[in-house]
Amino acid sequence: MEEHKSISQQKCTCSTTIDEDLLYEQLDDIIELHKGKEGALIPILQSAQNLFGYLPEAALKQISRKLHKPYSEVAGVVGFYSYFSTVAKGKHTIRVCLGTACYVRGGKDVLKSLMDHLKINVSETTADRNFSLEVGRCFGACGLAPVIMVDDVVYQKVKPSKIAEILKPYIE
Amino acid sequence: MSTISVTINNIKVDVESGSTILDAAKKAGVKIPTLCHVESQIPKGACRVCMVEVEGARSLVAGCTTPATNGMVVKTNTKNVRDARKFVLELLLSEHCGDCKTCERNNDCELQALAREMGISQVTYEGDCLVSVIDDSTPALVRDSGKCIKCRRCVTVCNEVQEVGSLFPQGRGFESNIGPAFDQHLAEVPCVQCGQCSAICPVGAIIEKSHIEGVWAALDNPDKFVVVQTAPAIRAALGECFDYEPGTLVTGKMVTALRQLGFDRVFDTNFTADLTIMEEGTELLVRLKKALVDKEKVALPQFTSCSPGWINYAEYFYPEILDNISSCKSPQQMFGAVAKTYYANKVGKKPEDIIVVSVMPCTAKKFEAQRPEMNSSGVCDVDYVLTTRELGKMIKQAGIDFKNLPEGKMDSPLGQSSGAADIFANTGGVMEAAIRTAYEIVTGRELPLEGLHIQPIMGLEGVKRASLKIEGTKPEWSFLEGVELKVGVAHGLGNARRIIEMMQSGEVFHFIEVMTCPGGCIGGGGQPRFTTDEVRKKRIEAIYKEDEGKKLRKSHENPEILQIYEEFLKEPLSHLSHKLLHTHYVSKN
Ligand code: SF4
Ligand code: SF4
Ligand code: SF4
Ligand code: FES
Repeated sequence: MEEHKSISQQKCTCSTTIDEDLLYEQLDDIIELHKGKEGALIPILQSAQNLFGYLPEAALKQISRKLHKPYSEVAGVVGFYSYFSTVAKGKHTIRVCLGTACYVRGGKDVLKSLMDHLKINVSETTADRNFSLEVGRCFGACGLAPVIMVDDVVYQKVKPSKIAEILKPYIE
Repeated sequence: MSTISVTINNIKVDVESGSTILDAAKKAGVKIPTLCHVESQIPKGACRVCMVEVEGARSLVAGCTTPATNGMVVKTNTKNVRDARKFVLELLLSEHCGDCKTCERNNDCELQALAREMGISQVTYEGDCLVSVIDDSTPALVRDSGKCIKCRRCVTVCNEVQEVGSLFPQGRGFESNIGPAFDQHLAEVPCVQCGQCSAICPVGAIIEKSHIEGVWAALDNPDKFVVVQTAPAIRAALGECFDYEPGTLVTGKMVTALRQLGFDRVFDTNFTADLTIMEEGTELLVRLKKALVDKEKVALPQFTSCSPGWINYAEYFYPEILDNISSCKSPQQMFGAVAKTYYANKVGKKPEDIIVVSVMPCTAKKFEAQRPEMNSSGVCDVDYVLTTRELGKMIKQAGIDFKNLPEGKMDSPLGQSSGAADIFANTGGVMEAAIRTAYEIVTGRELPLEGLHIQPIMGLEGVKRASLKIEGTKPEWSFLEGVELKVGVAHGLGNARRIIEMMQSGEVFHFIEVMTCPGGCIGGGGQPRFTTDEVRKKRIEAIYKEDEGKKLRKSHENPEILQIYEEFLKEPLSHLSHKLLHTHYVSKN
């Protein structure tokens, strides 16, 4: 018994998929709740986004199947509202200010360095889902441009060469 | 239903209550332009080109969505109306990314025609042009987002008529586009390639993938023996490309035109329609025997298999019924297979020296021809597939004066056909053809119905049924004595879904015909534009006329069919038949 347990613990690298299975079961419940009602699609999408943090393809396919609505229609509704997102958000969100002051003082180079470093483009998330990269307008710290924010911490006078150092505390 | 009275441009008309202003105008003989409206479907009010003035209303209203009311006074030709329509059109033209001179739809385009009608000589609004993204991922269709006016007709047809749901508006505002989910290509989503979208699109934003250049190259190649087959539905529609009235039969002129284009032999898909009846009818009788006599488990009802869009549909959405679908190839593919074997032998050619060109009312046939299993002759059985519209274009390109052509006759031995083959062109026709033959095989007597027609399965109703009591059977078919043969017919894939649901919820059928397109092949995605119900009825009438005008009305009496069995295939469902004329299906779910 004891041994059995430890083996299963060792082998268990699949915790995320178990969690996900659970999420998909919850999604089914949500769909059941709204199914048949007029305009069910939008509230279901909202709940699904709350559940997953974004709208993964598999969830959209499940919604399409269970509601007997074409996938193209579900996708069309998702694309219509900017509120919905089909990209997973990372654990940490990095925002690069591209307001005028930051832009002229090298904000663009900082962004490029971040993109190189994380190997993603703007609006994307790293494969390990640790970081998402976004650009923003003025954060109100123009005197100390260029500025980036990681979650709600502001970093000022950022140099492209210092990116690795800044991100280090956020990497487990 | 009560009637109401409406005045349109001083013309008084009575219409049924519930009619729209557009309906009333039609009745009054007043044309209101429309770009998004689709006949018999709920109006979407997307394009705003149908604006009219209603007395007492504060602003202009959309004619297609506004119900007519008793005593309503409508004006469709005031300055206000003209200005509003012009405004809508100029906006569309200002963002339109296309050049009429080189566009496939030049002279066959509703946007162009409307601009001309309204006398738009220059576009005053300077705006950004749409971005032209070309999707030529499927064998059948090409989409060009730059020409799309976002009228959503294709969305209506794909979702509400065909119930496939490949297309939908994506994104929002100027950036929006009409297409599959997340800008995927059509080939990546369950599109059945029926081309109904390309038939209804007002502009050049969805068109068939052209095979015209390939066919010219084959005709120009002296080393190739190029044969052509024409589907039953072409002869009742090709005339429309040359301004004949819908429903004008042009069989003889078509044959002459094909010869003048340079085809070495002009044959008929009708011939293999007759062959299909022999194979598919026998297949049905075998299934019935297995079920009734041998008490074996067989898949019944049997579904017809001539319509490749329907095959795609079943493969995507109903894989559980693939065993029910007849294993017969479509007549197009049967033709390719016998042309490159049986006929090749007769003329001492190798399969690779023969090029088979088909003329089809259909875009899905372009898809079907390139399915990897369609090479029973050792090479690709059908090389090129032209739509009716493409053949019309080629005849014009060659400078042929179609209207003044003499009547020609099809070549032999793949050119003769019965009236039963003609009616493959319309909904209910394959079923009727099959029953004409099967009934006679089983009883030794001719089908005892007037004109050999099965009235309940004729016409444009979406799902049709008939039952036929079999009596006086020959000894070898006595197990069918007294059996009520129950058949069903559906056209348009939404109706196919209906009939499958009926069957799955327990209604008994023995044989079900499904045609992908509304009206059957005569309403195919490759037919001259535009196919309305009125046009469908006229083409169907022409097809029945062709059938009734023939002495030979039944597939099993076609002498060329008897000949091919005697000389080559031996008997229906023989080993060779299986190799050349039958196929299998795969789930794409
Ligand atoms: S779609 Fe019509 S308007 Fe546009 S380029 Fe083609 S013919 Fe001209
Ligand atoms: S070809 Fe048919 S299934 Fe495909 S997008 Fe067009 S209408 Fe829909
Ligand atoms: S592709 Fe054609 S039918 Fe579809 S929305 Fe665009 S213009 Fe209209
Ligand atoms: S036809 Fe009326 S809004 Fe398009």
